[in-house]
Amino acid sequence: MADTRNTTPADDLEDLEDGIPFMQQLLDNPFLLLFLGVVVPTVLYVIWGVMEIVGIPIAK
Amino acid sequence: MAINRLFRTCPMTGLKVHQPAEALIKANAVAAVVSLLVGGILGLLITLTRWQAIHLLPPDWYYLMLTGHGLDMLVFWIIFFEIAILYFAGSVLLGCRLATPRLAWVAFMLMVMGAVINNYAVFRGDSSVMFTSYAPMGAHPTFYLGLILFAVGALIACFVFFGTLVVGKEERTYNGSVPLVTFGAVTAAIIAVFTIASGAIILIPTFFWSIGLVDHIDSLMYRTIWWAFGHSSQQINVSAHVAVWYAIAAIIFGAKPMSEKVSRLAFLLYILFITIASAHHLLVDPGLTSNWKILNTSYALYLAVLASMVHGLTVPGSIEIAQRKKGFTKGLFEWLRKAPWSNPVFSGMFLSLLGFGFLGGISGVIMGVEQLNIIIHNTIYVPGHFHATVVLGTTLAFMAVTYFVIPAIFRRELAFPKIAQWQPYVFALGMTMVSVFMMGAGTLGVPRRHWDITFAGNPLGFEFPGTAHLMMALMGIGGLLAVVGGAMYLLVTVYSVFLGKRIETPGFKTVRVVEGMAPAPTRPAAAALQAHGGAHAWSAPGTFTLAMVFLTAFVLYYFINWKYLSEVWPLK
Repeated sequence: MADTRNTTPADDLEDLEDGIPFMQQLLDNPFLLLFLGVVVPTVLYVIWGVMEIVGIPIAK
Repeated sequence: MAINRLFRTCPMTGLKVHQPAEALIKANAVAAVVSLLVGGILGLLITLTRWQAIHLLPPDWYYLMLTGHGLDMLVFWIIFFEIAILYFAGSVLLGCRLATPRLAWVAFMLMVMGAVINNYAVFRGDSSVMFTSYAPMGAHPTFYLGLILFAVGALIACFVFFGTLVVGKEERTYNGSVPLVTFGAVTAAIIAVFTIASGAIILIPTFFWSIGLVDHIDSLMYRTIWWAFGHSSQQINVSAHVAVWYAIAAIIFGAKPMSEKVSRLAFLLYILFITIASAHHLLVDPGLTSNWKILNTSYALYLAVLASMVHGLTVPGSIEIAQRKKGFTKGLFEWLRKAPWSNPVFSGMFLSLLGFGFLGGISGVIMGVEQLNIIIHNTIYVPGHFHATVVLGTTLAFMAVTYFVIPAIFRRELAFPKIAQWQPYVFALGMTMVSVFMMGAGTLGVPRRHWDITFAGNPLGFEFPGTAHLMMALMGIGGLLAVVGGAMYLLVTVYSVFLGKRIETPGFKTVRVVEGMAPAPTRPAAAALQAHGGAHAWSAPGTFTLAMVFLTAFVLYYFINWKYLSEVWPLK
């Protein structure tokens, strides 16, 4: 049975966003990508690296 | 304050150009070329010093010029040009106004001030600490101050670019996802933010140390965090020049990527993993564990290597598909033979792709293997590698796209077209020789950043084999050739920009927001640059053959290096 509900442009937009795959939503969000692009190397390289250096015992 | 909504439509490409964006692209491109000129002259003098038969400069001048060459080329030339690319990929490709042009000018002024102050520090003669400026080797405070000002300016410029994406979305100048070339620029900007933040973390305390406000900078801590800046800055280049490859494939051939989804995923792998490659500079530092080293240089980094191989496959693949559609279908390589090799935009791009992949890419993976790295660590192999990536890859791609930018943005005809036609070949040949012979000499143990490998007059000398000296001489000849290629580029670009024949184009007109929404591209170049969707055709047998040649070379060279290693530490 055909859907006879009235739709507004806002509904259309919502429907459209619901239909966008997760990966595309991720790739279309530059600020989320910015967050990931800063956090991943900061954790894997900077923080982990600094923790290893800080953990080196001081020579007596 | 009224928003500048003056746009013009480029008759050559059909792209809409925002007036302040055009001015800022020009300013950043000119600053880049000036940095290239200074860095190139210094490069010539360094080449003539490392060529042992000439050995031109005394040691203090050699180290001064090596410092200036590194900074002018690896930081100022490249990043000024990248900012120009960000404004082009943001404002021009999205057909929208540049966000906050005044702030963009502030960023530009900070970058210029930073570059000038840093060069002043270097040429004073008391800051010959080289590009890396490893503490506790100290430079004049203005050395760090210049770098910090430049970095702050570049960071602001990155956020102007991000703001432009928001403007484009708000004013609906594009539909759905940003074009792939713009997505490549987004990747470059994200890497730039991490890079600059890392630089700030270490350079600001080092500046305070240089003026006596901080007692001590731990050398290992400095090296670890500095490389998150020093090496990641070169990953901005990779993303930017890959974006340029896609742009040129679209401009020249109207090519669409083989699969836009795959290309975007490859850029995502850059965003997540490419910056951690910095760790390969620390593979022989004793304070860091093998877990940290191996994860950062191998396991995770290989995902970024995979991304580069994806781009290296899809860019020529998309060109092949576009060429085959035009009827160049004979055999495996008619599409390549009949490509416009006399057009420097194409030839520069394709030579950049080959040099980056075969020389820079393969050698980079070798250097990232902890065991193999020990064979070549701190030898001249390392500059051999990065002259293949940053110069043959990035610089040549930027040179190629300049030949498009001059008529499209500067609105000048290209002067000396014959010189422009030959320039990419001369430069690529010279720089290939530089890279190959540096890597060859490095494999024989020749150190990098060394004024005199004959150790003349030293009580503890070392004699390198004659082959090493031969390779350094061939590197010198290649360097001269590359300098000639660089001079050809500067002659063509500077003359064209300042004295070239003007191209008459329709002037700037005010475009209201509603008129600027989702502009319909009118020329093939704009349509291809702004289009979405892949070619959905995997019929690119020539490209797959080239990819097999590449993989064979990769595997062979990888195992040859394990053979070298077995000779260093024989297994019994």
